[in-house]
Amino acid sequence: MSAADTHRTIEAIWRIESSKIIAYLTRMVRDIGLAEDLAQDALIAALERWPNDGIPDNPGGWLMTAAKRKALDLLRRNKVRDRKYELLGREMDARMDSEMEVPETGEVNDDLLRLIFMTCHPVLSPEARVALTLRLLGGLTTAEIARAYLVPEPTIAQRIVRAKRTLSATRVAFEIPQGTELKPRLASVLEVIYLMFNEGYAASSGSQWIRPLLCQEALRIGRVLAEIAPTEAEVHGLVALMEFQSSRFKSRVNAQGEPVLLMDQNRALWDYLLIRRGFAALERIEQLGGMTGPYAIQAAISACHAGAPSAAETDWIRISALYEALAQVSPSPIVELNRAVALSMAFGPEIGLEIVDILRSEPALKGYHLLPSVRGDMLFKLGRLDEAGAEFKLAASLTDNQRERALLLDRAAESLRAAP
Amino acid sequence: MRFMMIVKATEDSEAGVLPSAEQLDAMMRYNMELARAGVLLAADGLHPSSGAIRISYPEPGGKPKITDGPFTEAKELIAGYTLIEVKTREEAIEWAKRMPDPHGFGAGQIELRQIFEPTELTQDPEAQAKQYEMREHIQRQNP
Repeated sequence: MSAADTHRTIEAIWRIESSKIIAYLTRMVRDIGLAEDLAQDALIAALERWPNDGIPDNPGGWLMTAAKRKALDLLRRNKVRDRKYELLGREMDARMDSEMEVPETGEVNDDLLRLIFMTCHPVLSPEARVALTLRLLGGLTTAEIARAYLVPEPTIAQRIVRAKRTLSATRVAFEIPQGTELKPRLASVLEVIYLMFNEGYAASSGSQWIRPLLCQEALRIGRVLAEIAPTEAEVHGLVALMEFQSSRFKSRVNAQGEPVLLMDQNRALWDYLLIRRGFAALERIEQLGGMTGPYAIQAAISACHAGAPSAAETDWIRISALYEALAQVSPSPIVELNRAVALSMAFGPEIGLEIVDILRSEPALKGYHLLPSVRGDMLFKLGRLDEAGAEFKLAASLTDNQRERALLLDRAAESLRAAP
Repeated sequence: MRFMMIVKATEDSEAGVLPSAEQLDAMMRYNMELARAGVLLAADGLHPSSGAIRISYPEPGGKPKITDGPFTEAKELIAGYTLIEVKTREEAIEWAKRMPDPHGFGAGQIELRQIFEPTELTQDPEAQAKQYEMREHIQRQNP
């Protein structure tokens, strides 16, 4: 094996092992920044030794042991200075009796869960949470994160340093939130993962088809979370939603790199392995007592599309009911607009139009081109062609997307031509 | 990138001998490890080739020829597969190395094959500009 090969192998091992090591060390030294530094020291030791000595049989165990030793050295050095460290040091001395002990699976799971609750703590800004989670749970380098976000590396580096400092300064505990605290904290974790996913999803494009690191990493961290927090239905909901959305990567943009609407996508290009995984995640939600959370409901909506053999066979009645349920748990004007579209597809444009007309006075949708676009479509179907033409024109004036503007202007012309 | 870890068949697996409790346990633990790392996509074991059917096209443009199993040359047959999604080829190798010997007795063989995927991340600035343009548009279309 050449030095470069060994180096790449060490990187791969690091990606597999680093989050577990950092989680363990954080529990040991009670400081996330210090834990990462110590884990990095272990990595450096591996980079120095393995090219000559060869890669050990149990590289994960080697790294964990090296990291623990470094932590222990530090605790001993600080003994005199700090009584808290002295106690920790003594505790660790006892534990280090069996050097290569592999932590129990349950213990590792809990540590990882504590770590993710920490990196997604609400005391941090959403951007900081995403960056820190990618770094510590994803094992991505600062350079990789910067490239994924198309920002300079020092920006990300600074964001991570500040985040770690904030966590220390505010004494955020390394623990799994209990009782009433759990739900909002879990929501914050899911929000971070979905934010990461959407960032990647929105950035991927057509002919140079991109499989953005961010999407893949969000989905991977979501899948990890589903294993270490298997009883949380919303975790499976988010995973299912991401599996379904990822299944449409290839079909969601055409060869020119332009977006293709869900109803117009070539379903043969969908990834049925991911769709199957999405349905499996929904099944786990059923076993946990059914879907009541916003991610689970959105996933169920996505499943209606994934399960329809063709756009014409979409079960719009079920989708309408699911948007109704979504509006109950997570009301927003966008959800209402989607509900109106679903109702119009299921029961005819009159019913959809009633809701859309109410939404016209909604300040949050002011200037949002899809509102007049949807309204124009409903009016067109009702034969109110002059009004439809005016709505399409309005929608065209509100979008920045050239191709979309052209399409909307075409529809406006078509409506006005057909008008008596 | 996705990889398939193909477990080759052995005389035992072809004879329908089921894995021992220890082997099953080791494989289960390995699959759990893959799942907990978020890299496992699918894993399945296959029936022996005695129940298999082979379809071939001996004549160009001709009708398919159907041959019933079993087939000989156990090492050319497969007994199961595990699909993983990882960031690098080295990561796939590292996971494959950790798979327990699937048959025991030194007879196990695992083949690692990369799955075809559309082109990877582009650095083309024009394409990136286009992504930005689309970003808001697509975000509003989801789910």
